[in-house]
Amino acid sequence: MTNAFILRWLRANLFSSWPNALLTIGALWLLWRAVPPLIDWAFLDAIWYAPDSKACRAAAGEGACWAFIADKHRFILFGTYPYDQHWRPALACAVLIGLWIASALRRFWSWRLVPIWIVGLVVVGVLMWGGVLGLPYVENERWGGLILTLLLSTFGLAIAFPLSVLLALGRRSGMPVIQGLCVGFIELIRGVPLISLLFMASVMLPLFLPAGVTIDKLLRAQIAMILFAAAYLAEVVRGGLQAIPRGQYEAADALGLSYWKKTLLIILPQALRISIPPLVNTFIGFFKDTSLVLIIGLFDLLSTIKVSLTEPAWSGFGVEAYLFAALVYFAFCFAMSRYSQNLERELAKPEPGQRR
Amino acid sequence: MSGQPMIEMCRVSKWFGAFQALKDIDLSVAKGEKIVVCGPSGSGKSTLIRLVNALEAHDSGTVIVDGIELGDDLRKIEAIRTEVGMVFQSFNLFPHITVLENLTLAPIWVRKLPKKDADALAMELLERVKIPEQAGKYPGQLSGGQQQRVAIARALAMRPKLMLFDEPTSALDPEMIKEVLDVMVELAREGMTMVVVTHEMGFARTVADRVVFMDQGEIVEAARPDAFFAAPQTERAKLFLSQILGH
Ligand SMILES: Nc1ncnc2c1ncn2[C@@H]1O[C@H](COP(=O)(O)OP(=O)(O)OP(=O)(O)O)[C@@H](O)[C@H]1O
Ligand SMILES: [Mg+2]
Repeated sequence: MTNAFILRWLRANLFSSWPNALLTIGALWLLWRAVPPLIDWAFLDAIWYAPDSKACRAAAGEGACWAFIADKHRFILFGTYPYDQHWRPALACAVLIGLWIASALRRFWSWRLVPIWIVGLVVVGVLMWGGVLGLPYVENERWGGLILTLLLSTFGLAIAFPLSVLLALGRRSGMPVIQGLCVGFIELIRGVPLISLLFMASVMLPLFLPAGVTIDKLLRAQIAMILFAAAYLAEVVRGGLQAIPRGQYEAADALGLSYWKKTLLIILPQALRISIPPLVNTFIGFFKDTSLVLIIGLFDLLSTIKVSLTEPAWSGFGVEAYLFAALVYFAFCFAMSRYSQNLERELAKPEPGQRR
Repeated sequence: MSGQPMIEMCRVSKWFGAFQALKDIDLSVAKGEKIVVCGPSGSGKSTLIRLVNALEAHDSGTVIVDGIELGDDLRKIEAIRTEVGMVFQSFNLFPHITVLENLTLAPIWVRKLPKKDADALAMELLERVKIPEQAGKYPGQLSGGQQQRVAIARALAMRPKLMLFDEPTSALDPEMIKEVLDVMVELAREGMTMVVVTHEMGFARTVADRVVFMDQGEIVEAARPDAFFAAPQTERAKLFLSQILGH
């Protein structure tokens, strides 16, 4: 009975025709050739821990050298941040991730998130910079690694998102000057690759500043990323705004609500809710794009991995290094993408359902 | 019915592009008066009542509501809107908040009522439209008739001096029409000034002080309901009545 079912399933799905059967066999052969050696390399023959690179060199490519990551993990996570202060970026990481998780939970969806975010980001700033509460000051040239990636993307999105809402509202405002400015900004930024924005921020911006005024490199990169994200997010938010029926605006108007009350109480809560899945998709892209700051000399996750490889002892373990980087990016992006899929499914349900 | 009228329209015209939707409308509605507006589709009924709370802006003529002349002044418009309740054909409840919150939102944010008072007022109104047990639900969980009664209660929560209804029952299944009309009849008994666009001629007979018949952007006839239904003066009204009463 079950055997017959399996056979039928195989016939229907894998061997339904001659070309299909060939493809199936070919794919199985490739898997058989590729997967066992990969498992051997990555797990069975891998060197997980070694005091130095000699053991890895001895293994000579038979197995992965995860010892490299183990040795360098502090640098990869926190860059050149003072070693004895590493608990601070670690805690900052936790706060940032906590903020994201809190924002992802539907029962937290309200304007209360705004003060939570402001407090969270201030705490992160205090932790990273220090200089108060007995924390030694750490200048941001020494920030790096995963924490820098998280900082760039989180601060970037936290500031770009409200900005994008204003841009989207401005674009639909019907006031010619504001509308023109918003459209101009959005189209200008969207017409330029992020990499050139970053170059402009790092090379050209200082030329325009009056002599003696300097903005540090991190801040310049962050501003470029905020502008970039804001333009893309604005278009997503505009899509959400467009989906709100005219009757909602009219009902709010008819009750005597002012523009801002109508927008904040009626329109945005609905528009943002339906925009969340596409917003998360844009977030994912932005998170990965932060790795481009490498080209202007900031030490994000990818750069610290690259720098680790320049150390003579560990040169030549690039496969492990970049696999590790890919894994970290994947973990974050996969979590976000699964979240947005779940949410899409939930939001597609006909009724708002239970109480919040 | 003395003193200044609630609505005073004088030679009001409205264009949508090159199309004139309203042509030199003169209409005065006294305080406490109930007006039923009827007429064929596209005759400008919705446009007419939407001018009263400035959901549409008129192009010429004057519209005075409760002593305030409507113009470009946003503050005046908002002041009028707090005094004028409106009920739409498609309910237009806010789907993301509960029924109770739908009722308390404007009193809290516009009238600055304390939340406790707003809640009490909302519950009182939900009793009046006979659905207090639905307070905690979301609009999407209610039937059409229930949603429309919530919409009426939401408008009443602002304690309006004037209520506008734009075909409040035409999106409803027949068995739900009565529950909404009952609420409206009740409201009329309490003395509310009402302008109702509807083709419910039974309702017009019971509550209307005047029936206004529109066609092609003009007020063709305005008469007491018994006179209007018994002996319409114009051919257009006769044709219209024969069409809607015929089936
Ligand atoms: N926003 C608009 N833009 C262009 N034309 C409009 C607009 N709103 C209404 N009209 C036109 O104005 C005329 C009057 O419309 P209105 O909605 O007032 O009619 P109505 O009497 O309420 O009709 P119905 O019984 O179908 O609701 C119609 O011909 C309609 O096409
Ligand atoms: Mg209409």
